[in-house]
Amino acid sequence: MAARVLVGVKRVIDYAVKVRVKPDNTGVVTDGVKHSMNPFCEIAVEEAVKLKEKQLVKEVVAVSCGPQQVQETIRTALAMGADRGIHVEVSGKDYDALGPLQVSKIMAALAKKEEANLIILGKQAIDDDCNQTGQMTAALLDWPQGTFASEVVLEGDKLKVVREVDGGLETVKLDMPAVVTADLRLNTPRYATLPNIMKAKKKKISVVKPGDLGVDVASRLEVLRVEEPPQRKAGVKVETVEDLVSKLKEGGRI
Amino acid sequence: MVLAFLRRIGSLHINPVYRFAHEYSVGRRNYSARGSTLEQAVAAFRSVVGEDGVSLGTAVRDQHGRDESMHRCCPPDVVVWPCSVEEVSALAKICYQHQLPIIPFGTGTGLEGGVGAVKGGVCFNLGKMDCILDLHQEDFDVTVEPGVTRKALNASLRDTGLWFPVDPGADASLCGMVATSASGTNAVRYGTMRENVLNLEVVLADGTVIHTAGRGRRPRKTSAGYNLTNLFVGSEGTLGLLTKATLRLSGIPEAVVSAVCSFPSVQAAVDSTVQLLQAGVPIARIEFLDDVMMDACRCYSSLPYVVAPTLFLEFHGSKSSLEEQVTVAEDITRGNAGSDFSWARDAETRERLWKARHDAWYAALALRPGCKAYSTDVCVPISNLPQVVVETKRDLMQNHLTGPIAGHVGDGNFHCLMVLDPNDADEVQRVHQFTERLARRALALDGTCTGEHGIGLGKKALLCEEVGPQTIKVMHSLKAAMDPANLMNPGKVL
Repeated sequence: MAARVLVGVKRVIDYAVKVRVKPDNTGVVTDGVKHSMNPFCEIAVEEAVKLKEKQLVKEVVAVSCGPQQVQETIRTALAMGADRGIHVEVSGKDYDALGPLQVSKIMAALAKKEEANLIILGKQAIDDDCNQTGQMTAALLDWPQGTFASEVVLEGDKLKVVREVDGGLETVKLDMPAVVTADLRLNTPRYATLPNIMKAKKKKISVVKPGDLGVDVASRLEVLRVEEPPQRKAGVKVETVEDLVSKLKEGGRI
Repeated sequence: MVLAFLRRIGSLHINPVYRFAHEYSVGRRNYSARGSTLEQAVAAFRSVVGEDGVSLGTAVRDQHGRDESMHRCCPPDVVVWPCSVEEVSALAKICYQHQLPIIPFGTGTGLEGGVGAVKGGVCFNLGKMDCILDLHQEDFDVTVEPGVTRKALNASLRDTGLWFPVDPGADASLCGMVATSASGTNAVRYGTMRENVLNLEVVLADGTVIHTAGRGRRPRKTSAGYNLTNLFVGSEGTLGLLTKATLRLSGIPEAVVSAVCSFPSVQAAVDSTVQLLQAGVPIARIEFLDDVMMDACRCYSSLPYVVAPTLFLEFHGSKSSLEEQVTVAEDITRGNAGSDFSWARDAETRERLWKARHDAWYAALALRPGCKAYSTDVCVPISNLPQVVVETKRDLMQNHLTGPIAGHVGDGNFHCLMVLDPNDADEVQRVHQFTERLARRALALDGTCTGEHGIGLGKKALLCEEVGPQTIKVMHSLKAAMDPANLMNPGKVL
């Protein structure tokens, strides 16, 4: 079954970095901080590349929205095996305010333009933890969705997705075209190897603007304040059970 | 009570485990005699690293007095956390002035008691210096501080196509790995720390800061002067504190194939290893698990393993070269009566194939719940490997000892995971005697008493036997030249 897969990849602060809040509490410090591909997006790319290696899909297209630097993230996806990239240029204040609603509008528009049959996204980004883009994209396209996927099997023009939900595992069968969001146990993403990084330099990344896709990236949300979680206070040692009970009562816990 | 019993046995001078316990009590006496000196030093430490950078808490000191070995906890008098090489130097100067021992601490994952403060002193926890500096992708080198662990470095490098391949198992501090000259499962292809360190920044006992190859220098090779870089590799904190290491990186392999094969005898498995290497197969990992170990793994993970000497192989390369490597390997193993040769390409199946090897330590411990495990570490030229393994297994059986074997047979290095009850003095004695016999067996076959764990506390006597009195004298002269007051990690190596 010849299909084209769109994979969204987001450039986020690297998971190993200790995040700091800006002194003016408007956001977090991003200047000079190591960035890399969102780990769930890595899993999404890996799944798409695996489908291509099984010859179940024809082409894997990596998409990212943001300023010039997101091209590094797209290159990593290309080094993992994506065929080409699309950089949707969003920068400055628009980029700071870019959220799932705008990205899903962009993905939906691209899906139509590129005639994609399958969109695979990470279930959420590790910076905003929104877990909304996949679901919104499916709604905008009126496509079925298989979110929190821990297993994806393409059978002809149907997609079997095993989802990790609170109660356990739920298996759903979706008609294509569909949207899938990748959860942690879907696969183990491959490393980009040097020969593949070299090959990726020759793969094409086309650049478009949201306006070209008819998407307005104005945000309906305004971030008022960003704060660090409260500092952990030292505990209090008590001598007797009576002390413990009275302290708990004082603190309104019982 | 245990101490008194051990002293009665009277073998303190040859038994490192017992001698350690004796030194422990001596160290404790020194502390109280040194009270006011320590107070002054601690006040000086606080002026360098602040209140938060110094701890006298018992729990904290205990934590810094032990590693992953069986040696008993030997806490320092105080723990400090410097944040820069300048602070390390200032703290070292204070220790030098007050003649306080200095014990460098990375992740505490050593296996030879290297962090035990046998004479008390100051433990320098270098974990706060955790920056990855100066990555040069085209030159395949990177400089790291001591708080950077092996896994943290590789995670940070993952998008560059590069990795640091020395893999001792634990997620150890890279500078700690330099200090112990660590090795690991893929030394057979990528080398040990000795081959992969280009430059070191070192703080000596008196606070002097040196760069062993010159500040910032990182040529792939050099003939300039004495090889100080490799002097510090394996020095186990006895010559200086390592505050930066410039490491040689390798390309992440394009493709990986793992394979497993069982053999009717240890001889057959080891012969296959020797032949594979002689055939020039650039094997990345070749690990051996004996039948006792395979049985332990079978019970531990409830997987249907064949209980027989087994080789775990891993091949790195391009897709085409891998096919060739696997074919050659399969032929060789078949020629040695190998059976059940299975191999896999994808990450998940490879994990499953190698699960036994990864679980080996825990599977061994599970053989006798409540017991501790001690790993021997001899290494011999590969041609002598069959003989030493076969003789060792015979020794284990004759002496009723639990010692499943896991080894990096490609380097001629293997570990007997001795599972023993530390409270059973007789068993402790028998295990100790076994390890001495094993070490001497390896020495007699042109090998070493420690392939990768280091000398630490327990193998000082064996080091003398291994290198001989004249060479030991030279080592002592070097130590005396670099650290005349014996402040740097006293009681280790020499």
